[in-house]
Amino acid sequence: MAAITLTGVGVAIFVLLRVVPGDPIAMMISPGASPADIAALRAHYGLDAGIGQQFVVWARDLLRGDFGVSISLHRSVLELLAERLPATLELAGAAFVVALLLGVSVSVVAVLASDSKVAPLIDTVNGLFLAVPDFIWALLLVLTFGVFAPVLPLSGRIDPSLDTHFTTPFYLLESLLTLRVALFSDICKHMIMPTLALALPLAAVLTRVLKESLREAMVQDYVLLARLKGKSRLRLVLQEALRNAIAPALALTGVQFTFLIGGTVIVERIFSYPGIGNLAIDAVINRDLPLIQGLTLAFGALFILVNIAVDLLVVAANPRLRHG
Amino acid sequence: MSAPILVIDGLSAVSQRDGTPILRRVSLTLHRGETRGLVGESGAGKSTIGKAILHILPSAVRVTAGQILFEDRDLLTMPSAPLRRLIGERIALIPQDPMTALNPGRRIEAQLTDGLRLIRGASARTARARALSLLEEVHIREPERVLRAYPHELSGGMRQRVLIAAAFALEPALIIADEPTTALDVTVQKQILRLLRNMQNAHGTAVLFVTHDLGVVAQVCDSVTLLFGGKVIEEGPVAQVLEAPRHAYARALLDACPRSDHPELGLRPIPAELIARLRREVATP
Amino acid sequence: MVEGALTQRTDVSATRRRWDWIGVCVADPKVAVGGGFILCLCLVALAAPLIAPHDPLEQDIMLGLTPPPGFAGAEPGHWLGTDDLGRDVLSRVLYGSRVALTVAFAASALAAVIGSTLGLAAGWRRGWVDAAISRLVEIWMAFPPVLLSILLVAVVGPGVGSVIAAIAIIDWTRFCRVVRAETMNQASADYVTAARAVGFAPGRILMREIFPNVAPVLIALISLEMGIAVIVEAILSFVGLSVSSDTPTWGGMIAEGRQALHEGWWILAAPLTLLLLTVLAFNLLGEGLRRALDPVMRR
Repeated sequence: MAAITLTGVGVAIFVLLRVVPGDPIAMMISPGASPADIAALRAHYGLDAGIGQQFVVWARDLLRGDFGVSISLHRSVLELLAERLPATLELAGAAFVVALLLGVSVSVVAVLASDSKVAPLIDTVNGLFLAVPDFIWALLLVLTFGVFAPVLPLSGRIDPSLDTHFTTPFYLLESLLTLRVALFSDICKHMIMPTLALALPLAAVLTRVLKESLREAMVQDYVLLARLKGKSRLRLVLQEALRNAIAPALALTGVQFTFLIGGTVIVERIFSYPGIGNLAIDAVINRDLPLIQGLTLAFGALFILVNIAVDLLVVAANPRLRHG
Repeated sequence: MSAPILVIDGLSAVSQRDGTPILRRVSLTLHRGETRGLVGESGAGKSTIGKAILHILPSAVRVTAGQILFEDRDLLTMPSAPLRRLIGERIALIPQDPMTALNPGRRIEAQLTDGLRLIRGASARTARARALSLLEEVHIREPERVLRAYPHELSGGMRQRVLIAAAFALEPALIIADEPTTALDVTVQKQILRLLRNMQNAHGTAVLFVTHDLGVVAQVCDSVTLLFGGKVIEEGPVAQVLEAPRHAYARALLDACPRSDHPELGLRPIPAELIARLRREVATP
Repeated sequence: MVEGALTQRTDVSATRRRWDWIGVCVADPKVAVGGGFILCLCLVALAAPLIAPHDPLEQDIMLGLTPPPGFAGAEPGHWLGTDDLGRDVLSRVLYGSRVALTVAFAASALAAVIGSTLGLAAGWRRGWVDAAISRLVEIWMAFPPVLLSILLVAVVGPGVGSVIAAIAIIDWTRFCRVVRAETMNQASADYVTAARAVGFAPGRILMREIFPNVAPVLIALISLEMGIAVIVEAILSFVGLSVSSDTPTWGGMIAEGRQALHEGWWILAAPLTLLLLTVLAFNLLGEGLRRALDPVMRR
């Protein structure tokens, strides 16, 4: 099913890009180029053939692992993806973890405080967070931590003046695993704002769902029995209710997480973060057909990966599914 | 029979919403090792008594008067921390529905050993050994496998056995069994009742058996308290109440039960005018 | 539902009951606050040429980057300061609301029309129509909306028209899913069965019986969609794909403000604040409508 969707998206984008007006070659030639030069370039990128033939060539190359060459950057698309995709993966992964931690802790607090005046306050604030999208969060963070309290770097993934020798493109993970503390903390500082911008809306969605399922779980008989054994409310929530409440909440949040992937596009742009989202905007503006196609497939694959990951998490949280 | 373990004295409770009485000056005494059936139709207040003892009354119900003396301490006036400890250690609950009373996300071992580890501070190894012997005591085959299992892998009868084992884990002085067999089918019901009876005899535990089923009472209880509209209307040893009930309602209730020894009698509904008379009776102080 | 069966006559009392949710809505505090803000914003957008203190395009290099009053170097008459080209930020923000609201109303209306037409068709006809439309929705939603909208606008060319079209083309799925579910719900209700039994034409049943009952949900959804449209327009302007740069937009100002962040934070803060308030207002209105309309639906 996922593969069919991915193929469908790939084909749709391919056709869309070629049917509509607009000439990628026109954007890359110098004003003095002769018609012969233009034709040569066109032939060079295979744009002189019919749509059907172009598609066959594209699909054939794709299956051989050849994603083509970027028209605007003059580099192999695969190479660009290998360079940029890990940055986006790290950002999205960090955002998911932060959203999960935030969502779970806020929900637990909300349930623990459900009899006090704090609970409606949490509901109101969460409602506010639900309404504000990642784009606005990113800019609010820029204003707050970039201007009014300038403590965080505003753009990029790492301070270029630092020793930036990495053997893998996963900077965050590599610096952590090789214990380069200064590098790791610098990368973290660069990631705080984009991560928060992506994580806050997702955390709000998770909180809304998890709070309800936690409240439902807290009135079950097994929680009552555990309470009679003298467990504190905190223990009841964490040990008894949470593991049963988190599975449905995760499943519902899975869909939202795909929105988070979409959000990386604009958030990476705002923070000049060198991921595939930022690259995608440039590719679209430059009408870089091979690059757009490659990025589309990368996004599609990312979606499928995320859905699989969420499914696995849901199964891990629910023993009934684990044995079924 | 030895010294009383539980003395309820003049316990009254009302609905917080409209002030309707739920319990009207209920008194009852339970001795060490005694099994008392608490019988009544729904709304008679039998479950409310169990919940009042365990301090788990819903917020809509408020106790207005009376005492609940458990081992000579009044549970209604005790400070919360020692009360929680006392209940956790000395009183256990066997709930009605074994399907919802076990946490679907935790292994049986964790749920059986929670109390031992939390209250007794037992090590993982001793708690596990105790859990194994408990499972053997409730006649569960392959206890090792069951310890590792999740609730959904067990049948309803098995789960209720696990819950009985959990109730006896800390050797409590009192067990409140809240209709523990109504959710089970009849054959399993019989086995569970016999098991409960045996366990209770072996451990010398007092049991407050909340039920609406006089047949069950005849099978497991020593004595019975009959409630109507939140008021005790008859009380005594099972043999006496079931053979020669003094109260008209008790007679009617007995007549409404199917009897295996006199099948020719069939079922007779409780007369409506009797119910109406009783309603008026309990309402007058 | 016995009561519902009577509404097929569309007599006066039934019609009144059918529309009295409007009164219920206005009484809801969320609707009042959110709707009130949006109404004010609409008036501001319409009266922008009258109330804006300056021409939003008028440059004055001598007065570039002056902060709002209360900060050192402020220039009287520029209540929210000026940008790097000396243009009045307040006037630009006021004019920017015109593009934002135009896109919000047009795009959500268009998305609603496309989505609810397909949704009504799928929910009413069922069968292969439903299967085809539902599959289309699934594939549509598998793609990141922001990237898709950037792609569409880049392909069609920038401009308000393409922004509106792009938003509608992406977000019709939201309407389609909800309207389809609600139509299926209503189509199985007793009063529709009764109308069918009486022999009314399907078109008449759809327009007279089903649509008025789907309408409240649709209205709440449109309000929420307008909030989304305002954001998407801002994002597209931010990327430089909305209207040409000489028309002030919030997103365009945000992009300029992001560039001149350290020289003049107010260039970013002013449009961002207004964008945030507008989005919150549309959400408040939508949530309030949803809540206020729900009991009416379930009556």
